[in-house]
Amino acid sequence: MAMATAQTSTAAPARWQDFVQLLKPRVMSLVVFTALTGLICAGAPVNPILGAVAILCIAVGAGASGALNMWYDADIDAKMRRTRGRPVPAGRVQGADALALGVVLSLFSVMLMGMALNWLAAGLLAFTILFYAVVYTMWLKRSTAQNIVIGGLAGALPPVIGWAAASGTTPLNAWLLCAIIFFWTPPHFWALSLYTSEDYAKAGVPMMPVVAGAASTRRQILIYSLLVVPLCLAPAFTGLGGAAYLAVAAAGGLVFLLLAVRLYRSHAGETAGERNTDGLYDVRAGAKDARNLFAFSILYLALIFATLLAEHLMSATPLELLPR
Amino acid sequence: MSDPKPFSDAEAKARRGRNIALALGLVLFVLLIFVVTLVRLGANAAHPN
Repeated sequence: MAMATAQTSTAAPARWQDFVQLLKPRVMSLVVFTALTGLICAGAPVNPILGAVAILCIAVGAGASGALNMWYDADIDAKMRRTRGRPVPAGRVQGADALALGVVLSLFSVMLMGMALNWLAAGLLAFTILFYAVVYTMWLKRSTAQNIVIGGLAGALPPVIGWAAASGTTPLNAWLLCAIIFFWTPPHFWALSLYTSEDYAKAGVPMMPVVAGAASTRRQILIYSLLVVPLCLAPAFTGLGGAAYLAVAAAGGLVFLLLAVRLYRSHAGETAGERNTDGLYDVRAGAKDARNLFAFSILYLALIFATLLAEHLMSATPLELLPR
Repeated sequence: MSDPKPFSDAEAKARRGRNIALALGLVLFVLLIFVVTLVRLGANAAHPN
């Protein structure tokens, strides 16, 4: 069993900060941001306190997923440079404690969402947690190179949950936000895995560069980039985004495509030891194109969601270029 | 029976920190439920149907 082999010597007593680290705060911040965008874009009148509670529930639910992931994946986390310092593989937190934290926070976040907002949002939140912890972590991650493609659905759902929390419905525009994150995930994550594939190979995780090779991964990154950029323009044509959104999505999309083409034409991922340190951004020359796309993909997603958020907060008139 | 092994200073400090964090979390949760109840009750009282 994955978790049975995870325990190493107890290096230091668990501090409360270690339990916070189990919740993957950096991932949580992106989830909160996209969920907030969905909640605001819904345009439904929602009590500010209940809106804040909805975002809190989504954040805690995402954190619970992270804790369950760290409990189950402690064995492979221990073999990878990027993850070996996490609380469970480092021996600071017992696997059982991480599991208990994940289960308790999952239950509390879903129940509170149901009681404070509505049960559609609670059901979507429960589905997201289960999908990430069971379908992605326990099944897909160790069994298929499509792991992050299918598993990416868990990361794509928060705006839909936010939308449902505010309005009690999930219209097409909510699913459009979901689709943007869903199709953004493969180029984002595979760009990173191109220069961290040694770690995944060592841990036996069938990440795309390990299974299909660097050239195939770069080609698939380009294909997904060609899909995601037009998709990012779509909200401007469905009444969700305005002129500012269209400008940001188009300009950023051009840069995204340019970086994806440069990565496709590069040799990133073909030589070992492309990272200088354990960090995600300090790489050697051969991996710079992959690093650049990885870094820009984060900025691009943040920019388009921030623009949507700003437009809706300022009640900008949507640019309705096509009849609805 | 021998006495249980006492905690080291680092263990005691870490334990105290965890206990305080847990207590704060529980208090915040209780307050959150209280506030949510007030808001939901208020909305239902204002619009009974």
